[in-house]
Amino acid sequence: MLAQQMVNGVLLGATYALFALGFTLIFGVLRVINLTYGFYFSAGAFIALYLTRVLGLNIVLALPLGTIAAGLIAVLMDSLLLPRLRHRRTAELDSLMVTLGAVLALYSIMTAWLGPDIRRFPPGTISADAIEILGVRLTAAQGLILLASFVLVAALMALMKFTRLGLAIRALAEKPDAAGLMGINVPATSRIVSFLSGALAGAGGILIGLNFNAIQPYMGESMMLRGFVVIIVGGMGDSRGALVAGLALGIIEVLTAGYIDSGLKEAVAFAILVVVLWTRPQGLFGRAVGQRA
Amino acid sequence: MTIPGWLDDFLWTYQTLIHDLGINGLLALAMYVVLAVGQLSLGQAAFMGLGAYSGALLSMKLHWPFALVLPASCVAPVLFALAIGVPTLRLSGVYLAIATIGLGEVLRSVYINWDYVGGALGLNGIPERAETWMIFSLLGVALLALFLVGRSRFGRAMEAMREDATAAAAMGINVQRYHLMALVTSAILAGLAGSLGAHEADFISPGEYGFEPAVTILSFALLGGIGNPAAPVAGAWFLTLLPEMMRDLPEIRLALNGVIIVLAVLFLPRGLFGWRMKRRAA
Repeated sequence: MLAQQMVNGVLLGATYALFALGFTLIFGVLRVINLTYGFYFSAGAFIALYLTRVLGLNIVLALPLGTIAAGLIAVLMDSLLLPRLRHRRTAELDSLMVTLGAVLALYSIMTAWLGPDIRRFPPGTISADAIEILGVRLTAAQGLILLASFVLVAALMALMKFTRLGLAIRALAEKPDAAGLMGINVPATSRIVSFLSGALAGAGGILIGLNFNAIQPYMGESMMLRGFVVIIVGGMGDSRGALVAGLALGIIEVLTAGYIDSGLKEAVAFAILVVVLWTRPQGLFGRAVGQRA
Repeated sequence: MTIPGWLDDFLWTYQTLIHDLGINGLLALAMYVVLAVGQLSLGQAAFMGLGAYSGALLSMKLHWPFALVLPASCVAPVLFALAIGVPTLRLSGVYLAIATIGLGEVLRSVYINWDYVGGALGLNGIPERAETWMIFSLLGVALLALFLVGRSRFGRAMEAMREDATAAAAMGINVQRYHLMALVTSAILAGLAGSLGAHEADFISPGEYGFEPAVTILSFALLGGIGNPAAPVAGAWFLTLLPEMMRDLPEIRLALNGVIIVLAVLFLPRGLFGWRMKRRAA
């Protein structure tokens, strides 16, 4: 029982970590709080749904295509909304507001267009078989989630660490002006960061959609609140922190739902957030930054 | 004095809207007082919820008269503000915004899971005791008080710390005390608004005090601007009236609200009504 709960928790946590990774990436590099990020999550899920339902594609194809499409939507939205704010003194607050307005509009347009109902992937999208290892059941969908999250996270980490693009992105995060002076194409690199983060959100949406087999326009919004918890607990802009905190949150939620009360899992998540903010506002793994005038 | 028939009809038809204008005005002021000292504290929806729930319970379970219920509705929000104020004063900017949203979500989960306050369904049958004159006289008093404060030395101190908290502290301003005072004032205003709203609508539910209202209240203040206390109220009225004019297009309403927020922040960084208060030289 506990082993099964732990596995379910790790699975949920893997998608949280994936989602939070993109969120923390865009905050860490572009210094904006992007509330439209939750929309890319919903968009990815709906595109995959369309691809499997209407075009009859296999989920193995629909997953990468939906991921890429979500990334492209992110590039479009971010280049409409964010460049204008980058040099303002209150860029963080302004980006919060702009993306808030945008996400309000995007969700309501999406709901008006597609309806608020919960939709499901067509039966047989993914095999219903399950394997049992040491008494723990793992379905094919869960296997796909585990595999896809692992591959995406590893690919992103490798990209950031070993490629010139990763170096450019890290330089941009460190000091955008200096990065520009060193010959890095700042607007193009920012667009790539938008793409990467949108793609991570889209992949997260498809995987969560597969896991619970329920897709609806506002699914990204409850995810955003978890994204906040994860990136604060892990430290804002800290990708390793986001991975650890995402996994931990998934496990804690599943255990709370399993052993205490499923209604309390959100309250527990936010209680953790508040305690961390009071004791370690820089995040569990972050360093304190001094305040300067 | 008798009210002419057409005016009576008008007031009857648009009563809810008129009440909403007053209540949203109070909420915009609750946002204004924290923004005016440079704190991005988004707990106003949580304060409003505490005021609404405590007020509704006092009316329904203890049958207190409304004249007592209304001031008593401020107690829970103020206690909550003091409890969160001391630790969150250490936070700033984005961290404070997210912490206060998180606290609001914790409260919302508590309402949903607590049967005494009606759980997810909320409370029904709250006596409708909030009168138009009460709402608008409270709004008027709050506006006047904030104008007077804004013109005093306190107002100068607030503006100084909003522009640069470190420099203000160096000039001898006790920044932390101002931040706590602003938070408590915000709790009082939002608690009053919540209680008035509950006694106006006769029905409250946890969803009315979550993330979305929190950011809607922020958008009132940002659209109006925070240069003077009347600006956020004007912003609130604008965003309350606008959807009303598009009653026939309910799906587009929220979308248009969103687009307006986007355009306002991108092109009007000081808000629609962004002029600053005039002061005599000190």
